[in-house]
Amino acid sequence: MGSVELWITLGIPVILILVGRFVGASVERNHYRSIIEREAQFRARPAVSTKHLDAPCPIQSASLAVGSVVVSVDHFKRFLSGFRMIFGGEIRSYSSLIDRARREAVLRMKESQPGADAFLNTRIETSTISSTTGNEGMGTIEALAYGTAVHYDRGP
Amino acid sequence: MHGKAPLILTNIDSVPGQHIVQHYGLVQGSTIRAKHFGRDFAAGLKNIVGGELKGYTELLQESRAEATSRMVAQASELGANAVINVRFTTSSVAQGASEILAYGTAVLIE
Repeated sequence: MGSVELWITLGIPVILILVGRFVGASVERNHYRSIIEREAQFRARPAVSTKHLDAPCPIQSASLAVGSVVVSVDHFKRFLSGFRMIFGGEIRSYSSLIDRARREAVLRMKESQPGADAFLNTRIETSTISSTTGNEGMGTIEALAYGTAVHYDRGP
Repeated sequence: MHGKAPLILTNIDSVPGQHIVQHYGLVQGSTIRAKHFGRDFAAGLKNIVGGELKGYTELLQESRAEATSRMVAQASELGANAVINVRFTTSSVAQGASEILAYGTAVLIE
């Protein structure tokens, strides 16, 4: 009886970590592939962090563009970061997650205004979402990107 | 966003191609949202593999749209037809709830 309980208490975290290791890693790979593809598509319509841009043509109209995404870490990354906390140093598994979230948010901002020629004053903000169960620390974060989408007046 | 002529929103300090004729000062809109249980449960399952939590993304997008429309309502009440220098901020006020604030400067453009 006692050994069954021991297997359950040890087994569930191990299974969750393994699921994170394999499923989470493949989700991340696919996501990076899609990010790189879409970034190439939008390269001609840059998002800049300056307020003014030397536009090749006069600007016809402007509007606010917003994109956001909420991501969370898998159990494998959480497990790895636990080890990192002992020795210190960069937690690479978390930085790749936040990097993905920010790039995805910028892409969604661009996709929300498909006809825009450039995005001025692009801001990226990150905020943590507290959990109802009260687990603090890194878990779920939101990345928000917003900027002013401008359309050039290309004449007739 | 809705109503007669749509209000122009930008997050730079002008509206390109237009002149600002009058400033009405700061306008703001905010909302505090709690996650509901169903979404929290689905997110908990998704948490196992990590990655995007679509339910939360939608929830925050809805609240941001709500905050923006409150800001826009305040601006049009003042008689403005554009809000410039719009900023968004998020802060968590309590466990499981977050506040989303949108603010900017209401102006009249020509």
